[in-house]
Amino acid sequence: MENREVVIEVKDLVKSFNGRVILNGINLKVYKGETLVIMGGSGCGKSTLLRNMIGTHRPDSGSIFIKGNDITKLNESEFDKIRKIYGMVFQDAALYDSMNVEENISLVLCEHTKLDPDIISIMVKMKLELVGLRGFEKFMPSQLSGGMRRRVGIARALAMDPELVFYDEPTAGLDPIIAGVIDKLILDLSKKLQITSVVVTHDMKSVFAIADRVVMLYDGKIIAEGEMSEIKNSEDPRIKQFITGSPEGPIQFLQSGDGYLDELTK
Amino acid sequence: MLNFIAAIGKRVLSTLSQIGGIFILLKATLFWVFIGPFIKKPISYRNIFQQMVFEGVNSLLIVFFVTFFTGIVLAMQSAYQLAQLGAEMYVASLVAVAMAREMGPVLAALVVAGRVGAAITAELGSMQVTEQVEALQTQALNPVRFLVVPRFIALMVMLPCLTILGVFAGMVGGYLMGVFSIGINSGVYIDITFKFLALKDIYTGLIKSVSFAMIIALIGCYMGLNAKGGAEGVGRATTVSVVTSFIMIILADCVLTGIFFFSQM
Ligand SMILES: Nc1ncnc2c1ncn2[C@@H]1O[C@H](COP(=O)(O)OP(=O)(O)OP(=O)(O)O)[C@@H](O)[C@H]1O
Ligand SMILES: [Mg+2]
Repeated sequence: MENREVVIEVKDLVKSFNGRVILNGINLKVYKGETLVIMGGSGCGKSTLLRNMIGTHRPDSGSIFIKGNDITKLNESEFDKIRKIYGMVFQDAALYDSMNVEENISLVLCEHTKLDPDIISIMVKMKLELVGLRGFEKFMPSQLSGGMRRRVGIARALAMDPELVFYDEPTAGLDPIIAGVIDKLILDLSKKLQITSVVVTHDMKSVFAIADRVVMLYDGKIIAEGEMSEIKNSEDPRIKQFITGSPEGPIQFLQSGDGYLDELTK
Repeated sequence: MLNFIAAIGKRVLSTLSQIGGIFILLKATLFWVFIGPFIKKPISYRNIFQQMVFEGVNSLLIVFFVTFFTGIVLAMQSAYQLAQLGAEMYVASLVAVAMAREMGPVLAALVVAGRVGAAITAELGSMQVTEQVEALQTQALNPVRFLVVPRFIALMVMLPCLTILGVFAGMVGGYLMGVFSIGINSGVYIDITFKFLALKDIYTGLIKSVSFAMIIALIGCYMGLNAKGGAEGVGRATTVSVVTSFIMIILADCVLTGIFFFSQM
C-alpha cells in the first residue's frame, strides 16, 4: 500500500484559535483513489482540519501537500490551479443564495471553461441526476429543504469533475434512505472514477459503508489510523466507545462533578 | 485604570488594522478592475448591470426627494438673508452653486450610504457567515473579483449620475420656490443661475461624488467580508459600515472642499 500515489500529505499541522489549540500536530496521508474518513466527536476540529486542507484557513505551523505542492506556501494564482482539481461539500451546503440551483452548479463551469452554454446546461443536468434532483434547476436555495441543499452542494462540488472531493458531514441530518444514496454515490465515484474522497462524518453507518481507511481525531491529535477492518476490531477503548456510541468510557462528555460545582457557586 | 488603557490600545490597534485592511481591499479591487480583465475572463456585464440597477436606478427617487426639498429650503434660507441686502435674485446662484459644489454630492452620498452601503454589507456579510465566500474561494473564484468589483464599478458610475440628477432636482426646487413664492422673475432666475454656475462647480462636485462612491463601496464590502458571528454579527457590521461611511464622507468632504478652496478651484 505504501507505494500508492499520495494525493494529500499533512505534516505536523498545528492550528489554534485565540490561543486555544484545536489541532496539535496532525500527520496524515491520503492515497489516490481511496476514501478516507475522518471521525471524531463534535467540536474536536474535523471541519477545521478540512478547512486547512482546502486552504481557507492557514495553519499556525506545519505543511500540507496536495499532489506535491505545499499549499501553505503557494500564492493565490498558483493555488487557484490546485483548487480546480478538488471540490468541497460544506457542512451547511453554503449554496450561493442569490443564484438558482442551475447557476450554483454552472458558475465554475462558466468562469473556468470555454464551454458552450448548451453543453454547460447538459452537464448541470447530469450532475443533478447524480444526486437525484433533476428538475429542480430553477429553484432558489431558500426553496429547498436542508437535505436537498446538501445534495445540490454535492452536485456543485462535482461540477468541474474533480479528482479529489472533500465532504464535511455529507449525510448528517438526512433521512436514512437519502443518506444511503449519498453513501452509494461517494462509493461509486471512488470505485468507478477513481476519485479520491476525504469524508468527515460521525455517522457510523456511513463510515462502515464507504471507508477504505479511517482516522480518528481526539483532543487535537490522531489517536488511531488504519484500514476499516483494523478499526472495527480495535482494542482501544476510545475507539470502541465511539463506534458503539456509549456515554460511558474514556471519552468524557460530562465534566467531573467538583469543577462544575465550583463554577456554579463562584 | 490599566484595563482602561488596555481597552483603548486594543481599540486603536483594531482601527489601524481595519484601515490597513481597507487599503489592501482597495489595492486588490483596482488590480481586478484594471489588470484582471487581461489575465482572466472579464467580469460578467450582467452582474455589473444588476448592481447598477439596484444601486443607482432604485435610489433615484429618494435622492430626488432629498435634494428637491433641500433646494427649496436653501432658497428660503438664502432669501431670508439676501432680502436684508435687497438682493433676492441672487438666491438663484446661491442655490445652484451650493447644490453643485456641496449639497448635491454630499446628500446623494449620504442617501446612498444608508441605502446601498448597508445593503452591500448585509449581503456580503451574510455570505461570509454562511461560508459562501469560502465556497467561492474553494472554487477558485476570487471573492474580490466576484463580489467587490461589480459593486465598486457600479457605484463609481452611478453615484456621480445620481449626483448630477440630484443637483438638477435641487435647482428645480430652488427655482419653484424663488419664482412662485419669493417672486423672482423666471427669466432673471434662470439667467443668474447660469451666469454664476461655472463648469468647475460641476466637476468639483463630481470629483467629490467619485471619492464618496469609493468610500461607500470599499467600507461596505470590507465590513461585509469581515463580518463574524452569525446574523447578529451581520447586523453589527451593517451598523458599523453605515456609521463609518457617514463619518468618512463628511471628513472627505471637508478635506476636498479645503483643497478646492485653497487651490482656487
Ligand atoms: N473561526 C473560529 N474561531 C474560533 N474558534 C473556532 C473557529 N472555528 C472553529 N473554532 C473552534 O474549533 C473547534 C473545532 O471546530 P470544528 O468546527 O472544526 O469542529 P468539528 O469537529 O467540525 O465539529 P462538528 O462535528 O460539530 O462539526 C471548536 O471548539 C470551535 O469552537
Ligand atoms: Mg464540522
